[in-house]
Amino acid sequence: MDFTIAWRNIWRNPRRTAVILIAVVIGIWSMVFIGAFMRGIEVGMIENGISTLTGDLKIFSRGYRSDPTVENSIENPRQLRRALAAVLPDGAHSAFRVRVNAVANNARHSAGVTLVGIDPSAEAKVSFIGDAVTRGEYLSPKNERGILMGKALLDTFETEPGHKLIIMAQDTTGEMTAEAFRISGVFRAEMQATEKKFVFVNRSAAQRMLKMDHHVSEVSVLLPDHKGGKALVETLRRHPDIGDHLNVHHWRDLLPVTSAYLEMSSGFIFIWYLVIFIAMGFGLTNTTLMAVFERMREFGLLKALGMRPVRIIRQVLLESAIILGFGILGGNILGIASALVLKNTGIDLSGLAAGAEYAGISRVIFPELLPADILISNLVVFVLGALVSLYPASKAARFTPVQAMIHN
Amino acid sequence: METIVHCRNLGKTYRQGDISVKALNGINFDIVKGEFVALAGPSGSGKTTLLNLIGGLDRPDAGEVVVNGRSFHDLSASQLAELRLNHIGFVFQAYNLIPVLSARENVEYVMLLQGVDAAERRERSRAILDEVGLENKYDRRPAELSGGQQQRVAVARAIVSNPSLVLADEPTANLDSKTGEGLLKIMREMNAKKEVTFIFSTHDKMVMDYARRLVVLQDGKIAS
Repeated sequence: MDFTIAWRNIWRNPRRTAVILIAVVIGIWSMVFIGAFMRGIEVGMIENGISTLTGDLKIFSRGYRSDPTVENSIENPRQLRRALAAVLPDGAHSAFRVRVNAVANNARHSAGVTLVGIDPSAEAKVSFIGDAVTRGEYLSPKNERGILMGKALLDTFETEPGHKLIIMAQDTTGEMTAEAFRISGVFRAEMQATEKKFVFVNRSAAQRMLKMDHHVSEVSVLLPDHKGGKALVETLRRHPDIGDHLNVHHWRDLLPVTSAYLEMSSGFIFIWYLVIFIAMGFGLTNTTLMAVFERMREFGLLKALGMRPVRIIRQVLLESAIILGFGILGGNILGIASALVLKNTGIDLSGLAAGAEYAGISRVIFPELLPADILISNLVVFVLGALVSLYPASKAARFTPVQAMIHN
Repeated sequence: METIVHCRNLGKTYRQGDISVKALNGINFDIVKGEFVALAGPSGSGKTTLLNLIGGLDRPDAGEVVVNGRSFHDLSASQLAELRLNHIGFVFQAYNLIPVLSARENVEYVMLLQGVDAAERRERSRAILDEVGLENKYDRRPAELSGGQQQRVAVARAIVSNPSLVLADEPTANLDSKTGEGLLKIMREMNAKKEVTFIFSTHDKMVMDYARRLVVLQDGKIAS
């Protein structure tokens, strides 16, 4: 009967109850949806970072990170390949690359770029470039003269697929060397900066141009579901063929801005929850207080009949719990539904592209629902909602029957 | 005869800012089991205050109240609540019923607080509502009942838990004379059949005539 009384009491003033219900629904909806949106930003940042040539982990020679030149290259990639084959889990892929700073020229323009020499088939399994070519063709192993460039760079250079592009860089002898390539394909990337920065050629073409023999600059590894990276980094560091003369880094070491954002992101989400709740909490407390003061004589009657104060508190809290429960349910349905709908289409932030790119955020965000986030937002609202209802509940329990009976 | 209520040297003072009002001053009287007693007197004579003290709804500033052999002086608020729940029934002048509950549910509510199981609650509430003449009104809410019918539900609720004492504070004040008389008849019947002690406050002469014993209060003291 307690539930019956609570349910009927809630609907004594339908308009007031509807208002507070709508407030709770909107509050939970925004918590769930914004939480999913922020997680989507996180996932996008991680995917962007990892797929833009970082991978889950990277291996360099010692000194390469501080001085990324051809002198600091991995001189025995075969030994490294054997070591990786023994250690990497099933489903992992690796890409061995040449990577140097270079200058790209055509008849009209020149720009600083990063020349990346790749094994096209291996690279397609590790980074974004395999699916990114939108005009022309992806590199084939036999196309020693082919070069891929980003659309933004293509536009800057006012050139077209099929035209020549001269790449100049310093080789292992310390001399400047140049090679002419023909634009075989144009790629699109999440960020314009990526399109302007990287040009891709066959690894063998880069090694020949730079007189690197079979050396490589770096190795990227992509793990299934991005799991186990940190443990693998430690394993590789302890490997005798790797740890002694090579550096192994997890992507978090290589993308400090992204790592910092991710560390702060959960905190931001929790702060968002609290802000929403504070706004909602005032409404809930006010509504419950009004309901309690309106029923002062009734609480006095209940005390006169012998109802203990703790039971009166329980009654008021039950009414709040019912409102919170239905509000949470409605808010979850709307929040989850809207996040699922937008998960298919994504939320286009192209209008904010410049600012978003600076922070490494994708142009299109796909909301990511995490059960833990939904549970935490529900708990925050329910528990704090019950706590703020304690004040009006205790007020109801403190009315003495005599005070309440003379109240008009 | 068993003494059910014993008041010794009761005093109660109300303070309103700087002004003190002595509502009761040195009240001494006993009530035995089965009595049908009216506390009479003009407004401000202390009737309601005395009733509140006997019912444990308020605490005296002086003296002692003993009900069913238990002195209220030694009881905590929780113990007083338990005493009211199991031994004392109340009928107030107005606002007796919980508006969101039907007549039957209002009567059942006291038994719910006592922990009586649902089947027994239902059976006893229907029986007592039949006794007070509300056999067709089980599922009516208070707003759907007349003033007299509401008071009869209140009487039914006061009696259904088999209390030893029922306190009624001007129960007929808001009723017309015919309805009031009907209510008094029911209370007299309950008193006779179930030997429940009734104490009610009134300044209505008709009600005073129904009482078997009259205690007249004047300025916080027993005049007769």
